[in-house]
Amino acid sequence: MPSVGVHMSVFARLAESDARVRGVSRMRRAFVPGTLADRSATELRAFIEGDDPVSGRPFMEGVLAELTRPLDEEDLRGLTFERSTPRLLPPDTEENLRRLFEENRWTDFLPVVLPTEERVEAMLAGTSHAPDEVVGRLRPTWMRELWEFTVEKVAVNAVMAGARPEYFPVILALAASGITARQSSTSSIATGVVVNGPIRQEIGMNCATGAMGPYNHANATIGRAYGLLSQNLQGGSVPGETFVGSLGNNFTYNNVTFAENEEASPWEPLHVRHGFAADQSAVTPIWPIWNYVVTWGVRPTWREKLLDMVAAHDPHGGLVLILDPSAARLLAEREGFATTESLVDWIAENATKRAGQWWDHFTSELFVRPLADQGVEPWATRAQAHPDERFTTFQREDIEVVVVGGETNAAIAAASGRRSVTLSVDDWR
Amino acid sequence: MATKLTVLDPRGYAPSVEGKAIAPSLETLDGKTLYLVDGRFNGSAAFMDQLQAWFTEHMPSVNTRVIRWREPFEDDPEASREIQEHADAAILGVGI
Repeated sequence: MPSVGVHMSVFARLAESDARVRGVSRMRRAFVPGTLADRSATELRAFIEGDDPVSGRPFMEGVLAELTRPLDEEDLRGLTFERSTPRLLPPDTEENLRRLFEENRWTDFLPVVLPTEERVEAMLAGTSHAPDEVVGRLRPTWMRELWEFTVEKVAVNAVMAGARPEYFPVILALAASGITARQSSTSSIATGVVVNGPIRQEIGMNCATGAMGPYNHANATIGRAYGLLSQNLQGGSVPGETFVGSLGNNFTYNNVTFAENEEASPWEPLHVRHGFAADQSAVTPIWPIWNYVVTWGVRPTWREKLLDMVAAHDPHGGLVLILDPSAARLLAEREGFATTESLVDWIAENATKRAGQWWDHFTSELFVRPLADQGVEPWATRAQAHPDERFTTFQREDIEVVVVGGETNAAIAAASGRRSVTLSVDDWR
Repeated sequence: MATKLTVLDPRGYAPSVEGKAIAPSLETLDGKTLYLVDGRFNGSAAFMDQLQAWFTEHMPSVNTRVIRWREPFEDDPEASREIQEHADAAILGVGI
């Protein structure tokens, strides 16, 4: 039956692009000028009785016309096309190629290492997998089409990032994860990376002082490669089209990539807690990283401070506790948290929000209210809570602990983010 | 003359696109059943309520029904079935 999609005008290019890749020439659609959240009835009625900001005609006139307009051959034929990606670009000067890469949005707007055949071949020596082996598929968001890519394509992007061949198994594992580092969400999501196991020392990653900063070649270029391969292998990350984050997220420059300081940690490393042996190498993408707060020292009021820190977190973004080894050891030895599980339990039980605020989050309304409406627990019961009733902010399985840093300060940091999968790096050697 | 380099294309492989026809239009909405589909994105429910009120005031011959999608971004087979069975046309929104 004829259907009209109503969109916010800021997403006009995205709507156009989405229709094209679904094979529809002229999707029936209409646009309203702004976001709808928190609008009064009067404001919403003004949208309906006002003009469509994209077509320029009255909104309702456009809606009704779309449902009743005669169709032509283009409407009936739709759009059919191939989008082949060549292996090689036409030869050109270095200056022209750099301009081409930047204009095509294949870079992060910082200089890249141009992926010559020699450089890519050298990168491919970092894995035993064949260049034409399909690694996986990525897309900017689950509503978009999946693009496929090979080992060689990942190598191209690894070269561009300035990575070395010995880093390539880590980069391939990230590419194979199916988790993009260039997610298209209005909330501006970043994806972090934690590396575990012997690969850390083999390739000289930093897990100590400055590990989360720009002080190590492997940390820097693996993170950058993850970003570049994500945007280029998934069909792009173009503002207004394949990226709709309103603010953007500065964490996405390097995707918060570091090695866990397993040796200085009092606990089992992250990958061991999730089924790997200590002598196996693994990588864990963590998302959505929206925010990061930190305090220093396991001081007498550390519990109160930590709960204050996580009180600012969105309840549906997960929680990653990032601890300097000195803070981790104090928590383990002096405060009695012999395992990360006991610390996670404590946070899960004690981090609470007022029901009125918990339900007032954009993510609660979008993702959890529908579950409550369907009777899914505990959400259905929580939907009945008095606004001043308190309940736990996070689900236990959405809290993770990582140890990193050089013990110059007993930092306790809390970032949003959730571990969805831990992948073998060894599989990609 | 500056040296020319040959480099590899960094892009992945896109799926092919096959043309799809859009559904035939109606000659008129008078007397028809129009479903207003709330996709559950931020503020859509209130917008659809206002849209229904507009039809009631300006085009009372159109029979409107607001239906709420079960979850945003997920299929809702039940709602889809109802729309297929009872609607002559639909307005969906509001999304990105």
